[in-house]
Amino acid sequence: MIETRQAGYEVRSRKLLQDINLKVLPGQFWAVVGANGAGKSTLIKLLSAEYTASQGSVLFHGKDLNSFKLKELARKRAVLAQQNNISLSFTVQEIVLMGRYPFYETQPEQRDLAIVDFCLKKIGIGYLKNRLYPTLSGGEQQRVQLARALAQIWEIENGLLLLDEPTTGMDLLHQYETFQLAKEMTGRGFAIVAVIHDLNQALQYADQVLMLKEGKCYASGSAREVLTEENIKTAFGLPVQIIQPENTRFQIIVPDVPIMSESHYQK
Amino acid sequence: MLAETIKEPQMIRGNSNQNLIDVPSSMGKMVWTLSLLLLVCVIFSACTGAISISLTELGHIILNQLGIITDAHVEEQKSIVFRIIRLPRVCLAVLVGAGLGIAGASLQGLFRNPVADSTLIGVSSGASLFAVFVIMLNARYFGMLNEMAGAYAISFVSFIGAALTTYIVYQLSKVTGEGGVTTILLCGIAINAFVGAITGLMTYLATDDQLRSITFWNLGSLGGASWTSVMAVAPFVGISVILMPYLSKALNLLVLGESQAASLGVNMNVLKKQVIILATLGVGASVAVAGTIGFVGLIVPHIIRTLFGPNHRTLLVGSAIGGAIILTLADTISRTIVAPSELPIGILTALFGTPFFLYILWEQKRKRI
Repeated sequence: MIETRQAGYEVRSRKLLQDINLKVLPGQFWAVVGANGAGKSTLIKLLSAEYTASQGSVLFHGKDLNSFKLKELARKRAVLAQQNNISLSFTVQEIVLMGRYPFYETQPEQRDLAIVDFCLKKIGIGYLKNRLYPTLSGGEQQRVQLARALAQIWEIENGLLLLDEPTTGMDLLHQYETFQLAKEMTGRGFAIVAVIHDLNQALQYADQVLMLKEGKCYASGSAREVLTEENIKTAFGLPVQIIQPENTRFQIIVPDVPIMSESHYQK
Repeated sequence: MLAETIKEPQMIRGNSNQNLIDVPSSMGKMVWTLSLLLLVCVIFSACTGAISISLTELGHIILNQLGIITDAHVEEQKSIVFRIIRLPRVCLAVLVGAGLGIAGASLQGLFRNPVADSTLIGVSSGASLFAVFVIMLNARYFGMLNEMAGAYAISFVSFIGAALTTYIVYQLSKVTGEGGVTTILLCGIAINAFVGAITGLMTYLATDDQLRSITFWNLGSLGGASWTSVMAVAPFVGISVILMPYLSKALNLLVLGESQAASLGVNMNVLKKQVIILATLGVGASVAVAGTIGFVGLIVPHIIRTLFGPNHRTLLVGSAIGGAIILTLADTISRTIVAPSELPIGILTALFGTPFFLYILWEQKRKRI
């Protein structure tokens, strides 16, 4: 669905990304992991056509990403950015309806409004519909933005969803629900590329993981292949242990460092 | 998502007649309310003045003009005052107000900054500078021109000044930065300061007479209204008011941030050009005939936003009508309060605008808590 070939991005000869090869197929959930500044958000911006690759190419549905018009892209993929500050008092419904803007001219049709309602309920925030966005908590705002992105691609077949840290500020239940929803979407043939900070979530939910280190692809493949003790230690600089508790279905990644005692701090 | 029951949109569509989902906009209601208010203000303004015209007289004059009744029981003098002086002036106030209001609203949207208005991108200061040039040179070298086309020379030249300054600000922002809206804003401030300095220099060199007309021009006045000036402004403001609402969806998306707007299909470069050109058309023409009238472009969008919400679909249209209302009222006051003399309208808009603006800010804060 979307593919990068030896893609790189540089600003004033500072290489932010180099030689990225990524091939996202319909129905796949890709997690992008890496330390701060490894180039995760830059990769999302390359894929969303906000940045143009300085080297290599990005292909979307088999064609060069830059050959698409912005309006065409808006009808094929949705992007959820890391920061979403809105100071004007739009209602939640109006914000989510913005996801439908690429699909109607001046007046939203009943269908657009129905999709907005549906997506609000899908994310579980139907009760926030008439609240003013700036009065919501950070986690609630993030869920509204997620509903907006969902409304944008809900109808299309094989849509692409690019998420930059989708669960920022959400509580435990809603993080879980967001990933369940992602799973449901990939089941319907959508492709998702998400920057994920929590390696445990990447391990649990992602089919494929791309691990970035200093702007280069350090490892890529299935979650269990990539998220190994050695890879994580090299990419993040922290030794970890991967354990499987008896009564869980998943493996768990825990830091493998001695717990510092209080006396340690007092020194 | 776990607890709520979910209906697929397809199913909702099936019996759509029964549960129509309300459209989240009070567009129709707002337009009607404001238009009615504007009509009342226009009639009030047309009747008030040194020679006051009663409602019945006004009705007779209009019916007479339309040829419905032949025998108007109105003094000829009143009829002439209405046709030649009052009506063009009211029309000009409506046009200038609409142009300033919609430009303010759209620029605040483009710059994602609630304090942005047309003065920031150099429209007003550029027009001022060129007008001052004309006033200065007129007296010295173009005495003849003054007789024939002095007033229109100022209008024409100041419109060019407005357009030119805005163009320079826009080009400069592309050279110094990547043309982002913050860069435009900063370039605007820089160019404004520079243009202001030259205007200041000219003022310093001006004679007493010139100084008086410069001051009067800088404070704004609709005193020069005539059917010719109305006709000159109408197409510019008309284009701005008719085309700008088509950009309301893009301006709404801009609220999400430049990159999010782009991911929803907004081409920022095109949008920037469209908004700046349309705003300059309206404001440039307004400033050209009426001088710089401050505060309308800043305050009207805030009022509309507080009353009808921040959606640009309502905000742009509302600000146009709202600007027209406020300027009509302000002009009525400006020509009656110290009659038979006139108070520059810019003084009034700022004088009444400031406390009102502070009240709105206070009210917004109170609402948030």
